[in-house]
Amino acid sequence: MELFTNQILAGIATGAIYACMALAVVMIYQAIDHLNFAQGEMAMFSTFFSWQLMQWGIPYWWAFLITLAFSFVGGIAIERLLFRPLAKAPILTNVAGFIALFAIINSVAGLIWDFTIKQYPTPFGSSPFLGSQLISTHQAGMIGVTVLLLILLYFFFQFTRIGLAMRAAASLPESARLVGINTSWMIALGWGMAAAIGSIAGILIAPVVFLEPNMMGGVLIYGFAAAVLGGLTSPFGAVIGGFLVGIFENLAGTYIPGVGNELKLPIALALIITVLVVKPAGLFGRPIVKRV
Amino acid sequence: MLSKQKLRIAAFSTAVIAFAATTGGAFAQKKYDTGATDTEIKIGNIMPYSGPASAYGVIGKTEEAYFKKINAEGGINGRKINFVTYDDGYSPPKAVEQVRKLVESDEVLLVFNSLGTASNSAIQKYLNTKKVPQLFVATGATKWNDPKDFPWTMGWQPSYQSEARIYAKFLMKEKPNAKIAIMYQNDDFGKDYLKGLKDGLGAKASMITAEESYEASEPTIDNHIVKLKATGAEVFISVTTPKFAAQAIKKLAEIEWKPMHIVSNVSTSVGSVIKPAGFENAQGILSAHYAKDGADSQWDNDPGMKKFFAFLEKYYPEGNKLDGSVVYGYGAAQTMVKVLEMCGDNLTRENVMKQAASLKDFAPDTLLPGVKINTSATDFAPIEQLQMMRFKGEKWDLFGDIISGELSN
Amino acid sequence: MSAIQEVVTEAPAIEAVPKRAMTLGYGTSLVVLAALVLAPLFVKNFIIFQMTQLLFYGLAVLALNILTGGSGQFSLGHSAFYAVGAYTSAILMEHANINYALTLPVAGIICFAFGFLFGQPALRLSGVYLALATFALATAMPQLLKLGVFEHWTGGVQGLVVTKPDAPFGLPVSQDMWLYYFTLAITIGIYIASVNLLRSRTGRAFMAIRDNEIAASAMGINVALYKTLAFGVSAGITGVAGGLGAIAVQFVAPDSFTITLAISLFLGMVVGGVGWLPGSIVGSAFIIFVPNIAEGISKGLSGAVFGVLLFLVIFLVPHGARQVAMVTQHLIGKLKKN
Repeated sequence: MELFTNQILAGIATGAIYACMALAVVMIYQAIDHLNFAQGEMAMFSTFFSWQLMQWGIPYWWAFLITLAFSFVGGIAIERLLFRPLAKAPILTNVAGFIALFAIINSVAGLIWDFTIKQYPTPFGSSPFLGSQLISTHQAGMIGVTVLLLILLYFFFQFTRIGLAMRAAASLPESARLVGINTSWMIALGWGMAAAIGSIAGILIAPVVFLEPNMMGGVLIYGFAAAVLGGLTSPFGAVIGGFLVGIFENLAGTYIPGVGNELKLPIALALIITVLVVKPAGLFGRPIVKRV
Repeated sequence: MLSKQKLRIAAFSTAVIAFAATTGGAFAQKKYDTGATDTEIKIGNIMPYSGPASAYGVIGKTEEAYFKKINAEGGINGRKINFVTYDDGYSPPKAVEQVRKLVESDEVLLVFNSLGTASNSAIQKYLNTKKVPQLFVATGATKWNDPKDFPWTMGWQPSYQSEARIYAKFLMKEKPNAKIAIMYQNDDFGKDYLKGLKDGLGAKASMITAEESYEASEPTIDNHIVKLKATGAEVFISVTTPKFAAQAIKKLAEIEWKPMHIVSNVSTSVGSVIKPAGFENAQGILSAHYAKDGADSQWDNDPGMKKFFAFLEKYYPEGNKLDGSVVYGYGAAQTMVKVLEMCGDNLTRENVMKQAASLKDFAPDTLLPGVKINTSATDFAPIEQLQMMRFKGEKWDLFGDIISGELSN
Repeated sequence: MSAIQEVVTEAPAIEAVPKRAMTLGYGTSLVVLAALVLAPLFVKNFIIFQMTQLLFYGLAVLALNILTGGSGQFSLGHSAFYAVGAYTSAILMEHANINYALTLPVAGIICFAFGFLFGQPALRLSGVYLALATFALATAMPQLLKLGVFEHWTGGVQGLVVTKPDAPFGLPVSQDMWLYYFTLAITIGIYIASVNLLRSRTGRAFMAIRDNEIAASAMGINVALYKTLAFGVSAGITGVAGGLGAIAVQFVAPDSFTITLAISLFLGMVVGGVGWLPGSIVGSAFIIFVPNIAEGISKGLSGAVFGVLLFLVIFLVPHGARQVAMVTQHLIGKLKKN
């Protein structure tokens, strides 16, 4: 029994990482109706940026704020420069663009900061949380920040005009334009916000996994999986999805004999596909009805 | 007056005789295969400069800089080294493409220090069929020491199995009845180690109570550590690459689990592993090594390391002396230069292999004092010795004798 | 979040390629064919090897084109089918000593079955979700190949070395050249069969499903059957490509078939022009040669250079090589008139 609870707690701890990333994924999906493969790399680059600021002597919280602003502007810039020209191109071409962006960011980060791992500070400390040896204060802090972000996003989308405008622009672009929403800038805004959330995710994840250019590769897959499980239209679902993926993966690894440990990721993904077959829009997503 | 025709014949004959006289002697001295000339030796190399193993691309860059240094100092027996290195992204099919390019298009003399067990396995048959030396491969897999079946392939660093056996011997002496938990990367590196540990423990392999594998694609291995702590093992062996070793050290401290912790020597770099993980968390960790650590102040006045630091400053300033890969590249390149020097003017591929198999007590600048390179026609494992070390304060303390991890088979 | 349903009127994600434009004209086809047949006689073995790569990767891209461009189903997981085909060939050749040529139909059939089976759960997924499911398959494959239970057959993490076949009947051609012509023959055969498939009733069914699945179903097309059939055919062809790849590279290992391969095939399809079968070879050339070019330009930034080149291509020709061909055709038409 103790092993069971331990694995669940450990799963929640890892799940917090996935939940963070999943929030950024959902954010970009809300804006452009697509998954951005380069999301993880953008988050990694932002984290490196903040690390560099700290190397130059800037204190943690200032570096954090500057990075947030940098990521927001960067996200908008990338959208305006690279993806607006592709707006009329087929979706698959856009996906190719995401892949190209991934390659560029990863390579540039590797050149600037090389591939050795770097320690990344945490404002929450690393001691055991509430005496539990399984969750450190940092991981508890990570969960806390993720939940806080979630609440902020909820308020943004439900109760602010811009939030509403963004949702309108994403689901019904033509109608949104008719009521005067600048759909093009809504997309840019979505990119900016996704980049900013991604940078927060990266800053939270780096202390655990150590900072290096390839750190987000594995995380992104899990982030996608969590977001899809929870429902791509639901930030709340993304966070729950993240925790569920973390827990399930751990339990599968511990209790499925023989292959459980070697096939953790495939089993987690198989679970998600099963859920999707039953509930195509994810656990908390809104079902989408297509008009013929 | 000689007729024009007779003049021509005389001139021609003189030329022929002169030609024969000058080159007749040379024919006996200089021998070349494709890739070597009077002025140049072309060396091929394949490294993962992109992709999941891109952290090791530094090795290729270090070697490139080292050969640049040798060229600046006059080359090898008057010949400059032309180092051609390609990226395979750690993908075996790409490695095959690149090696064919090196051999058939660039026409190199030999392939040096190509990295990765999978990539080297992919190109091994090709190179042996084409009789091109596959020298000093950058992987510790045990299979490279097989001169009977693959006479053109030679390793360099101590094999993973021999290192693992040294740990097994140590454990049987120091902790003969302890429970052992092993966490290993699920690839050739991890599995080779595991085999070495089990073989080394022999009848006492039952000491291993838990074997936990992980994938290199996992973001963090924290939950594996949690699982292993629950087994109550007193010895924990982590067969991991640098990033995961650092995560393990950190997590061990976080969950306050204090077993005897042995790390594989690919992850002992003070700069790339211990420092990020936290010095205070790494006290008492054990490992074994064959080379000096650039971050270790005890080598500051070591003549070999001083040469290494001088090299970095002049030829490779971006190189991070704390990165074990940089030290590695330097040592391997130095060994290559030694072999080529030994070849003299006979730069055939056969002679290169012969000289590579005739290294006697060669000590590159960066190997630990007492560790020497020895090869023979039946021994294609250049480095087989390691010394154990324990982490104390901010550096590794070597202890014990230099142990040979030679596999008896 | 409320449970209100979202009603959307979507444009089809994948656009139709007009039937006329589906293949190259006769003239162009003959020129390309001649080039493919004659070129190896004049170049070194290494270039012949690269041309063989061009062909079998082109086959894999072609397979993806049938699935995505033809029936409208995304796949980011074709590396899995490629892997199964490659390993099937390798295992049959090394463990069962079966002639290399005979392993290919076996690889094709096994992968067809595999793809057909995978198509079943994939029926309920579309768009992003299907992409994720196939992505999951691609990431799972290397780990499945490493599994201890299969190690005796697959060689585990070490992989299998494959013996390269000699030319039959003692023909005086090098192994590379023989393998090239062998691959060429198979590629041309599959290409012609694919074109015919897309022009047939089955092909029309695929395209109807791609353009508007609900309408197609309303018109009586057995959507489930054709969608899984598309997956099966696509997987089968990819399996044959994988088998050819295994023979040419002479080595299979789990690391050879990672998600990077799936992404490369996807990029090849986009660059060649989605749904345009002749573009497969252009796409294949892109994914083989452009990384080499990028590496030549800058070793440290090879990934970035590749990304930049990719961006250039998709900015200039968002519809891939098909767009280039259309523009050229248009220009030639104009010239003819003047």
